[in-house]
Amino acid sequence: MLKIENLHVAYGGIQALRGISLEVPDGKIVTLIGANGAGKSTTLRTITGLVKASSGSIQWNGEELLGKSIDKIVTSGIAMSPEGRRVFPDMTVLENLRIGAYLRKDKEGIAKDIQWVYQLFPRLEERSWQLAGTLSGGEQQMLAVGRALMSRPKLMMLDEPSLGLAPLVVQDIFKIIQEINRQGVTVLLIEQNANMALKIADLAYVLETGNITMSGTGAELLADEKVKEAYLGKNS
Amino acid sequence: MKLSKKANVGLTVALVAAAAVVITLLDLKIIGSTYVTNIIKLSAIYALVGVSMNLVNGFTGLFSLGQAGFMAIGAYVVAMLTTDPAGRAGIYYVVPINPVLENIRLPFLVALILGGLVAAGLALLIGAPVLRLKSDYLAIATLGFSEIIRVVLSNNELAPFTNGSLGLKNVPSFSSMWESLGLPGSGLWLCLGLVAICIAIIVMLINSSYGRAFKAIRDNEIAAEAMGINLAKHKQMSFAIGAFFAAIGGGLLASHLTAIDPNQFKIALTYELLLIVVLGGLGSVTGTVIGAFVYTAGKEWLRWCDNPLSIAGVSIPIFRSGLRMVIFSVLLMVIVLFYNRGLMGTSEFSWNGIFGTLAKWGRKLTGKHGKEAKQ
Repeated sequence: MLKIENLHVAYGGIQALRGISLEVPDGKIVTLIGANGAGKSTTLRTITGLVKASSGSIQWNGEELLGKSIDKIVTSGIAMSPEGRRVFPDMTVLENLRIGAYLRKDKEGIAKDIQWVYQLFPRLEERSWQLAGTLSGGEQQMLAVGRALMSRPKLMMLDEPSLGLAPLVVQDIFKIIQEINRQGVTVLLIEQNANMALKIADLAYVLETGNITMSGTGAELLADEKVKEAYLGKNS
Repeated sequence: MKLSKKANVGLTVALVAAAAVVITLLDLKIIGSTYVTNIIKLSAIYALVGVSMNLVNGFTGLFSLGQAGFMAIGAYVVAMLTTDPAGRAGIYYVVPINPVLENIRLPFLVALILGGLVAAGLALLIGAPVLRLKSDYLAIATLGFSEIIRVVLSNNELAPFTNGSLGLKNVPSFSSMWESLGLPGSGLWLCLGLVAICIAIIVMLINSSYGRAFKAIRDNEIAAEAMGINLAKHKQMSFAIGAFFAAIGGGLLASHLTAIDPNQFKIALTYELLLIVVLGGLGSVTGTVIGAFVYTAGKEWLRWCDNPLSIAGVSIPIFRSGLRMVIFSVLLMVIVLFYNRGLMGTSEFSWNGIFGTLAKWGRKLTGKHGKEAKQ
């Protein structure tokens, strides 16, 4: 379980997170929704260690993550698929996946997990020798997710997987996120596409300008009038 | 049409065997001349330094222009430590040699590797602050350090070691070392063999998981960091390994030329190497090797441009010393503007690639003929 308590993060003088607390229980899909600049990505980046927090705590299975180096955090079982996909364009699909397993030393396990990712995304196997930069947006997103899975994470964090993708492709991606979760990976999902995210979430938090203003199950928030007004559009 | 694995291996073996035969014939001076073997040696040395530069620039994405400085270190270490102690008084004839250095003589290979290690150590020192910079800023900083190295080496205070701006001479040549081993030939194999081993090591590094990490850093730093790759450590490693092999190349150059002086390692040398790397394709080892041979041979072939030329009795004024380099500058601009992936792009040489390109050209030609026929 991932437990964040009273986390403060500032970029220079600007407070991005003003003391947020949230929990990601094992085996669940948890989503964090909010507008641009609410602090969603900052939260993820702080968990991975890409951004330093000014105060607070992030506990991962009882262990403090703040102050740990990124490679330690990744080996402890947390993986992130960064916003805007960020695949390695001049490397092949297979090389991209291998980089995801960079900190692992077990060759057999890596080979097995490549097959596992190919099973989840048959499209990637077809294109394993293609340069990642030549894939379509949806395929690149699949690759970014597959790459994150290659570190065999217990917690998988996805930063806006629906960004810039066609609605049909977004549905595919969300189906696969659910499938990954069914296979035992905890998912922390950040989305602007609140409708889709809340539908699959067991637990959801609403983030507004660095504060958590609401929380509940996905279904509860989907039905909530305020959430509807702010994030879903009144008619949905 | 794709070639079978067997055909691929067969063609490669045939190519390597043919090259080996030609090299041996050249080495034994049965064909060619010293002029030709010298060009081949120089090309091979440039290929090695080019590949080391490509490791840093093309594979790790660090725009570093410090290669000439690291070459200078390698060249000086070899030149200071491998000459015959009896002849040293004749080399250091203005400022006498430092007594500590006077009688130290190391075997060539040991001095070569020592030069590499000194350069790598210095690269680690320089890299700690400098590799925090990005793109052009990194290029400026590394260029500056490269010049500092050259100026320090030519400084008069260091003359008891480096012989100041006079440079060093009487470095044992490949052929003299080869002969002292009692082997037939003129040392071409020695030079090419060392270069081949070094390039093979770099290729193995590139294909290892470290190499993948380098490429990941080149492609996207943020994503690479999110995968748990330690950016600072890997950049330093790539920079230091690049410096190591550049210094090895410098040491080989010292032995090839048998005399060095600080002015050889000016910025212009780095630009020559940059031209080779860009010509071959950033991110392609075989491209760099081809680029090195094309460039070095081309530079020799274009020598006629440096001589006065007159057509039908009218002398053309631009044909004078230096025109060669103008041609190369124009070539570099043309490549960067219209063909910025170089000869090979980021792909490596493969028979499938060769036949594929030939087939494409063939189709283009026949296609054109077809059109003309219609009109």
